Formats: sequence, C-alpha cells, structure tokens
Amino acid sequence: MKVKVLILPRKGLLDPEGRAVKEMLLENGFSVRDVRVGKLVELEVEEDTDVKAIAERFLVNPLVEEYIIE
Amino acid sequence: MRFAVCVFPGSNCDYDTYYVIRDVLGKDVSFVDYTVGKLHGYDCVVVPGGFSFGDYLRAGVIASKTPLGNAIAEFAHRGGLVLGICNGFQILTELHLLPGALLKNKNRRFLCKDVYLRVENNSLLFTRKFERGDVIKLPIAHGEGRYYVPEEELRLMEERGQVVLRYCDEDGQTTEESNPNGSVSNIAGVCNRGGNVFGLMPHPERASEDLLGYHHGIIFWHSLIS
Repeated sequence: MKVKVLILPRKGLLDPEGRAVKEMLLENGFSVRDVRVGKLVELEVEEDTDVKAIAERFLVNPLVEEYIIE
Repeated sequence: MRFAVCVFPGSNCDYDTYYVIRDVLGKDVSFVDYTVGKLHGYDCVVVPGGFSFGDYLRAGVIASKTPLGNAIAEFAHRGGLVLGICNGFQILTELHLLPGALLKNKNRRFLCKDVYLRVENNSLLFTRKFERGDVIKLPIAHGEGRYYVPEEELRLMEERGQVVLRYCDEDGQTTEESNPNGSVSNIAGVCNRGGNVFGLMPHPERASEDLLGYHHGIIFWHSLIS
C-alpha cells in the first residue's frame, strides 16, 4: 500500500520559504493569511509497516517539524 | 594526538580539515569513510563541512543514520572529543549529541562571507586558548545555519555554559544586524553538557593560516592540541 507522510515546519517557527510564497501570492492579489511549505514523502510499504516509527525516527525532526500520515 | 576526519558522500571540507591538521599542525590524521562503524585509537573526531548526502530530507540526517554516524555517537558517549563544523554541526544535532536544530537562513540566501564572533565559553578543550569575550573573525558558508532551540532549553544551556560562540559586530555587540542567518540569541556555536562535543557554523579550518588573512581559526586547533 501507499502511505503519504506530510511534513510541515512547526507553527510559530519562521518558515522563510512559506513567507516567500505568501509574499508572492499577496503581490498577485490573493489574500492569504499564512503559508507553510513542507514536503511529502510517499512510501510503498506492507500493511503492517510501522510508518509512525519511520516518520518519527527518520523523516521528521519533532523539534522543528510536525507531520500527518495519510 | 590522533585525529579522524569523517568523510560522507558530499563532504567537501574534508581535505581542508585534513590539510590543516597534518600540514599546519603537524599532527597525525586519518580519513574515516562513512561505511566504517567504529572509531578506535583517536583522540578527536572532526565532522567536516559540506553537503552530506546532498542535504536530502534534512541537512545532516542521512549521515547521522550511517555506520559512521553511530560510531561518532558511541565515541562521544565514551567521552571522546568531537568537533562538528557547518554540515558537521548539523549532523551532530541530528545525532542528538548537541541540542537544537539548524534551519534555513532567515533571508533565504546561501551566505558566504566573513563574520565576527564573540567567545562566550573559553573553558572547553576546543576554546581554552581564547579569552572569554574575545571577538574573532571567521568565514561562514551555509544555507541552513539558523540555530533554533526552544526558549526553556536555551535558558538551561546558558546556565550550563553551552553557548560557546555568538555572532556579533566588530566591537563584540550582539546586534540583529550582525546575526547573519536569524539564529536564536545570535548563536553560532554550542557544546554538549559534558563539553566534549562542540559544533559551530563558521569554518575555522578555512581560517587557520595568516596567509589567508585570518588569525583566529588556528586558535581552536591550538586549544585542542595544547
């Protein structure tokens, strides 16, 4: 099965990439309140694979990032 | 004194570091490949700058999960001296040998320039040839050097003397303008609680000969070998 791990910079932490995208959108007339830019890791794994362990031990630095498994 | 210089795919300051230790200091030094899972017979392990594994996923994380990454952690836990420069600093935070994390520079630019730094802790084996409060000049070259640590942890680090270097102006004032990458509290270098692991974003190995116009990089090495 395919599992997606979505990783985002923690809320409240400065995200320079998100800020750049936000500024671009504002300058182009879109009223966005906030933008965060993260990354998507798609894994093809067996049903019983501990994706949470993979995310927490390797894919995410919990000090500065948060994640969602889909 | 025997040094090891770690080599990961994408390390690019490994030869500069090796050169300074062997040719400038005249000390014994070996390269150690990332596939090697043990570090025995060394007094100091240097994790050099570069872009290990292309900085994929997060700077330093893939290097930290290699056999050599594990060996560095084991060496540090035995009390061995570990110095992480730039990408080496990032690897040491990913190994949890040092607190905090290094994020993309505030201004989104790769920064390659000279900076002034204030020595905040000169009691380490890495910094004992400095005076506390010394203002020194070293080059930086990084895209992800914004040091971050939560406020509470920062307070404890300050109490324990774990903040070793701060970005400052020529007069030693830690201003916002002199903070090149947006690091919390102008932090450029930190150590662990035991004082045997030290990481910094600036490059002492590129600033260890007067011929190059720098006079302070060499002092870190002289501190180590004296």
